[in-house]
Amino acid sequence: MIKTMLTIALISFAITIAIATVRIILGPSMPDRVIALDMIGVNLIASIAVISIMLKTRAYLEVILILGILSFIGTIAFSKYIERGVIIERKRSR
Amino acid sequence: MSGSEVGEFVGALFILTGGIASVISVFGLIRLPDVYTRSHAATKSSTLAVLLTLSGTFIYFWASEGFLSVRLLLGIVFVFLTAPVAGHLIVRAAYRSKVKLADISTEDELYEVLHKKNE
Repeated sequence: MIKTMLTIALISFAITIAIATVRIILGPSMPDRVIALDMIGVNLIASIAVISIMLKTRAYLEVILILGILSFIGTIAFSKYIERGVIIERKRSR
Repeated sequence: MSGSEVGEFVGALFILTGGIASVISVFGLIRLPDVYTRSHAATKSSTLAVLLTLSGTFIYFWASEGFLSVRLLLGIVFVFLTAPVAGHLIVRAAYRSKVKLADISTEDELYEVLHKKNE
């Protein structure tokens, strides 16, 4: 019973990632693609949590934190680049 | 049913609800007309799905092994804090880089505000 529920949840995360990949390929503008990439990262976090239950191990729980941080920083860098054309701003007061 | 089995079932139910919410939110991502409505689907309901899944995992490990995972709690707090911020920033960048609204949208209040400030 529990294993069936976990499998259904894992399949639905896989469907989510597949359809978000379609949006990345189709997406008319850059922010569409970045939103879909952010969604893929967030769903990878959830599917890793489910996989760590199914494999009966706790070793994958660090991966959740690392992927969360990497996905957030990637989205921030892309949004800075789309808005201003640079990622790291330097002050030119001298 | 013993106590730990009930806890495992509640955790699995949370995870199943999260999976269904995730599929619903991705249909919003593929069906809605422009980037602003799509970000509404992608950030809010996807955050809900992931929070439900991580909470279900936390409850499952707590019930089955008696293991309170601090890393999982940190992950829940981090996703809950950063996903709305990332969504807001990317939509702000989309508006500043002049991505068009959908044809069926009727009003753009931010346009007047931004251009009044420039004059």
